[in-house]
Formats: sequence, C-alpha cells, structure tokens
Amino acid sequence: MNTVLRLMICILFSWITNVNCQSKMVSIEGGSYIPLYGRDSMKVTIADFYMDVYPVTNKEFQQFLDDTPKWRRSNVKRLFADDNYLMSWSSDTALSENQSLKAPVTNVSWFVANDYCECQGKRLPTVDEWEYVAMANEELPDARTIKGYNEYILSWYEKPKTFNNEIGSTFKNYWGVYDLHGLVWEWTLDFNSVLVSGESRKDVDNDSNLFCGSAAIGATDLMNYAAFMRYAIRGSVKAKYTMKNLGFRCVKDNNQ
Amino acid sequence: MNFSKYVLFLFVACMSFASCNTKKTNKDQVAYHCPMECEGDKTYESEGSCPVCKMDLVLLENKPILANTDEISEESIFNLTSKWNTEEGKTIELKDLKGKPLVMVMIYTTCKAACPRLVADMRNISKQIPENNTDDLQYVLISIDPETDTPKRLKAFAIENQMDGEQWTFLQGSMSGVREFANVLAVKYKQISPIDFSHSNIISVFNAAGELVHQQEGLGVDNKETVQEIKNLLK
Repeated sequence: MNTVLRLMICILFSWITNVNCQSKMVSIEGGSYIPLYGRDSMKVTIADFYMDVYPVTNKEFQQFLDDTPKWRRSNVKRLFADDNYLMSWSSDTALSENQSLKAPVTNVSWFVANDYCECQGKRLPTVDEWEYVAMANEELPDARTIKGYNEYILSWYEKPKTFNNEIGSTFKNYWGVYDLHGLVWEWTLDFNSVLVSGESRKDVDNDSNLFCGSAAIGATDLMNYAAFMRYAIRGSVKAKYTMKNLGFRCVKDNNQ
Repeated sequence: MNFSKYVLFLFVACMSFASCNTKKTNKDQVAYHCPMECEGDKTYESEGSCPVCKMDLVLLENKPILANTDEISEESIFNLTSKWNTEEGKTIELKDLKGKPLVMVMIYTTCKAACPRLVADMRNISKQIPENNTDDLQYVLISIDPETDTPKRLKAFAIENQMDGEQWTFLQGSMSGVREFANVLAVKYKQISPIDFSHSNIISVFNAAGELVHQQEGLGVDNKETVQEIKNLLK
C-alpha cells in the first residue's frame, strides 16, 4: 500500500514538474564581468534577475499563436518578419511532422520574440545578461578560461541541425540554466547594440564614419573565438530576420 | 571535325543569348540571398546555402509600393504603435506623420562627435530641396537617449540648430520604442558611458506611405543620391 502511494506521489510530482518545466525560471545572482565587447570602462555590472531555464519551445509558441493571431504566419507584417518566418510549420498553428513540440522554436524574428516575452510579463535578456549566464559551465560561473568549455561550444558550432533536438538535451550550467550552448542561437534584447558591421568583415577595421565612438567597440579578448562568433552574428542580423537555428528565451527583473 | 566545332560554338552562343533573355524577362522572378550578406548583394535563383558562411539562403523580398496612400502596407513604419513626444510637447504615433515623405535620423543631443555632423548632413539635404517644397516633406530627428532628451531639451536643440521650422520634428520615445524603431531602420546603438553612445550614422528616406525607399550610411557622405530620392518623391 505504502509503495503504491509513494509511487503515486512520485508520478504526480514528476507530472507537475513536467507541466511547469517549460516556463520555469531560476534566479541569477548579479555581478560584474568583462564581456568581449563592453562599455568604455570594460567591466559590466549585472543586476540580479530571473532567466528561463529552457529556450521557448514549439509547444509554448504554438499556444502563443493560438492567443495572438497577429503573429501567425499568414498575418504577420513583412515589416516584422521575413519570408522564412515559421517556415517549417505546416500551417498557421500546426507543426510539421518532423518538428518536435519540445524542440526550441526557431525561424522567429526579434519583433515576435520581443512581443512573446512581453506578453508573459517578461523581456528578452540583454546581450550582457545572456553572455554573463552563458560563461558558466557545469561547475563555475565563469568558465571562459577553461579549455574544454570553449572546445565544447566551438564543436557545437560545427554540428548541423541541433535545432531539431529537444530542450534540456545539453548541460545544466552553474545557474541551473540549460541549452545556452549546444542547441540554438538566441535573440537578445539589444542585439542591435553590437557594432560589428558587415563592412568590417570585408575590409576596414573600425570605420569611424559608420559608427560614432567606434573606438570603444574593440574586443577585449580576441582569443575568445566562440564569443566573437556570437557577437558577429548579432552584428549582422536585422530584427526581421528569421533563421533555422535562432530561437530565444525570456528573463525577468528581480523586483517583479 | 571542324564542322562540329562550329555547331558547338553556335549552340553555346544560342544558349547564352537564351539565358540572357530569360534573365531580362523574368526580372521579377524570386531571388535568394545570404542572410549574412557574405557576398554583398549577390543573389541566387534557387534555394540552397551560402558558399561562404554555409547559412541557408533566404528569399529576397520585393517591396510593395502602394499607389493608394490611405492604406498602410506591410512594409510601412506606420505599423508601429509606439507613442512619441514631440519637441512641442505633443504625443503622437508614427502614423500621424503619414502623408508626406519623411527624412529620418537617430541622434542624441549631448553627442559631441558624430551627431553634429549628422545634423549638419540633414540641414545640407534640406538646403538642396527647392524652397517651394518645404511644406511637402518632414524631417524627423529621433533621440536614442530618451532619458536625457526630454521634449524641452529637444526644443532647445532645435532652436540652437536652426531647425525649429514646421518641417522639422524631434521625437522622444520610450526605451523600448526607440529600440524597436532602431531595429526597423537597422540602426545600431550602444550606451558606452552615462553620456555617450556608439551608434551607426544612417539617414533614411520614407515615402508618404511610410515605406523605406533609401538609406544613406556614413558621415559627411555625398548626399546627392539621397537628395535625388527625396526629389523623386516630391514629384
């Protein structure tokens, strides 16, 4: 009898966590660190905040589309999303067969990601917040000097189609956050603060004609190639772009 | 043997003419480009991946230009619903600016380096537009520092820079409204100290329906093309 009861409780408990796990957040203790691209004082201070444990999934996004018709594929304005918006979906509100409900939603623009988070009473993380949490490995809040940490990220960048994997399939980091590396790239609130221009990849170094104050955009650690890739992507996308391997997650300020 | 060479030559020549032809007649055919713009403006005729960054090619959109200015097209900035304060203390939405071509730039008033030149560029452009057209278009300067640039401050800046006429509008938005609008313009900016911002220098021209028709990037660049685009809209 006792065993049955225990089993029941156990099943109930795991069911509850399963139901809630998608919007689960963990608290991130603020601090200061030196990002790859920072302000003029180099160090950036991060206040305490909450972050989604997982990226937003197809299932969650499907629910959002049910409630918000303006973001369905056939209704979305071209100002806010390009033609690849939710490309793999079979219809306005249905996934195609090869898409998993528990895979991160991708092919979404910044505008919709931003609105999604706002509708949940949350917001997108800033670049600094995202990078701050993402510099942690399983054990350390800042693992950037650990060789294995950088190797893991770079080897992921070479792996194809990880966006089809389910959330939680990578490692749980120091803060209890999953999938920052190894699943999909993620939108950030101020991705347009990265002043790496398309032009800078072609010829010039710091084009002071294009950017006011571009002297301040120099990188702090040019050996951090994985982070450089992320900043380069952020610098090259536009808010209406959608990509197969670009999803998002939300955060919340601590005072809420 | 010789004969077959000629045949081959003729065949190749025919083919190349034929392909020329299809290119011309199918000008509005779909085109794909690399989202990273690895190869600049290069386009491809079919889907695939970019040979440089290996990312999937994306469809290049054609901008629908509406003949009827009463409607708001999908590409129009009048789809944005954020609220803005003008230097005259009025609260408006962008669609309240509908009906005139718009010349827009993002600046902040405490800027010492680039913005004075951006502002000068705007003034330079306005000087090249015939005087009898001044009522037919609107110059809009949007602050990227809404915390500092209150309507009052923007008004003072307008007077100081001789931009206080009807055709000049200064806007103060919310932090998120500014971020969103910058994203529509693909303007990048970052606060690098309490009073300084890095930002891209882009002057954008919109038609009366709020559709982007031209962007000039850089400081003190030759604005001949921008002026011409504006004149075209005024015709």
